[in-house]
Amino acid sequence: MLAFTLRRAIQAIGVMIAVGVISFSMFRFAGDPVNQIVSLDTPAAEREAVRKSLGLDDPVAVQFARYFGNAAQFKFGVSYQFRQPVSSLLAERMPATLELAICATIFAMVFGILMGVYSALKRDTVLAKIFQAVSLIGISLPTFLIGILLIYLFSVTLGWLPSFGRGEVVRVGWWTTGLLTLSGLKALILPSITLGLFQLTLIMRLVRAEMLEVLRTDYIRFARARGLTTRAIHFGHALKNTLVPVITVAGLQFGSVIAFAIITETVFQWPGMGLLFVQAVQNVDIPIMAAYLLMVSLIFVTINLVVDILYTVVDPRLRSTIRRPA
Amino acid sequence: MSDAVVPHRAEPSAAVARAGTSWFRRALDSDIFYSFRRSKLTMVAAAVTILFFLLAIFASVLSVQNPFDPAQLQLMNSRISPLWTADGQSPFLLGTDEQGRDVFSAILYGLRISLVVGVLGVVFAGALGITLGLIAGYVGGALDGLIMRIADVQLTFPAILIALLVNGVAKSVFGNRLDAMSTLVVLVVAIGLSFWVQYARTVRGSVMVEKNKDYVAAAQLIGLPAPIIMLRHVLPNTMGPILVIATINLALAVITEATLSFLGAGMPDTMPSLGTLIRIGNNYLFAGEWWIVAFPGFALAGLILSINLLGDWLRDALNPKLR
Repeated sequence: MLAFTLRRAIQAIGVMIAVGVISFSMFRFAGDPVNQIVSLDTPAAEREAVRKSLGLDDPVAVQFARYFGNAAQFKFGVSYQFRQPVSSLLAERMPATLELAICATIFAMVFGILMGVYSALKRDTVLAKIFQAVSLIGISLPTFLIGILLIYLFSVTLGWLPSFGRGEVVRVGWWTTGLLTLSGLKALILPSITLGLFQLTLIMRLVRAEMLEVLRTDYIRFARARGLTTRAIHFGHALKNTLVPVITVAGLQFGSVIAFAIITETVFQWPGMGLLFVQAVQNVDIPIMAAYLLMVSLIFVTINLVVDILYTVVDPRLRSTIRRPA
Repeated sequence: MSDAVVPHRAEPSAAVARAGTSWFRRALDSDIFYSFRRSKLTMVAAAVTILFFLLAIFASVLSVQNPFDPAQLQLMNSRISPLWTADGQSPFLLGTDEQGRDVFSAILYGLRISLVVGVLGVVFAGALGITLGLIAGYVGGALDGLIMRIADVQLTFPAILIALLVNGVAKSVFGNRLDAMSTLVVLVVAIGLSFWVQYARTVRGSVMVEKNKDYVAAAQLIGLPAPIIMLRHVLPNTMGPILVIATINLALAVITEATLSFLGAGMPDTMPSLGTLIRIGNNYLFAGEWWIVAFPGFALAGLILSINLLGDWLRDALNPKLR
């Protein structure tokens, strides 16, 4: 168990170093940092001075070590377009993204499980067929089209919900939240649905498949034979056993939710990290791109590591099989 | 890289012709065609997909103007609503946008761009993934470990994030003023680099199974060089699953291209793909000009849905376990 955890941790560190190398090479080699700082008519001598002051004369290995050291302290350099430290830009926008991602995940979990259970238990009803069709559309339609559709329905036509921004936000320490105001909550609804829809279809299909599988097993038949109520069998026995993979998938998907927030945030002009990243790609703001890559990778790697370890804790059967990962 | 794939693809049909039976006849009798005829939904999906490809190929014949040529656009014709509404005007079936661009013509040309980028992206991803998968599976050892570790790491990141990063780096290296054609190439590369992993994994898996079979040993025994064995003998036996992945990936590649263009990191306004058209149209949604965004949106959704349905069917039809 300890060996497994250690090996996984070492792998995770290896991945982070690899991503760090990519991030550093983007930062250093894609576009000359000096050109971004000086103006066009700066004399060559002055350029050299700037180059030296930035430490770009040092051997690449030294520069890499310095970049890594800085990144470990969340110093990612200065954004080309905003002329502000990247770390403060990211920190400013992180709460918006995290709130959106968490709301989307909760939405996807609640409705995905409900719809999945329903379509497993009442397989041939019209509503179950509708759920299946919705899940096909949810997987086929690009996120941004769903967002535009929702905006057209609920903002332009009906005028119920705002189409952009976070509404009023309240500052709690360094964290800004939209959860405490009515306009903030209203602004969260459409982006959360847009972002969560793909996860919802995923969870719904998973719950349906797992439920159908579990309902065929012997212990369910035994529970029936014992004369338990259908409700107790379905929810006490069957659903409980489907939840482990569901929670795993939802956990693993949380990283993707944050990455896919890029699209949702652009559609709804949500002031989060994703929108910042898209603007950085449009304006070739390499420091922000490199830092975003590092941040997202860190989130991904951490989640994967935690899920891997939790999985072996939850499911003892896995412990014997993971001795040699193929 | 694509010509590496062509020769052995031609190989089986040439062998069939030599054997005397018509290739066409055999295709009609096959299990796959039977399962195709059994499923109405698949036939509709195939028809719609073919229709989209035909529309894209004959875009210049079917459209009333060339939407990429600014000289043919007239501002007087801007923001005309579709033909069947009260303000509709004659040649503009689906209305016009802000610049007087006919929405129908723009969709046809945009469809062409989306499909070209999608197909080339899939071909590039396939060529890259198949090559790396063949090498990893056939050579094995440390090289296999390295390629598969890279694949593992990349698989944890969503394709759209990788495509965006490739795009941003390309912009930074080549300068921000890439013309439309080079943007197209960058998009193809970005999509290819985001989707190669699945091919590599699948091919590697099949190669590991195939390489222990007698025909490979026989080929090695008569002294054929490894690249020939890989391409001519092992690869054709791994084509089934690759075809399924390619079909499903075509839908994903079209979505990725549209998303990149929608985010403003793809095709420029002067040479719009479907995603670019949707981004442009999105700006006029609040002014009530819904047709500028709605019709490109429908086209994109229809295209993706029908390709996805085809891919789903192909996966089931080629899966021997489900027969």
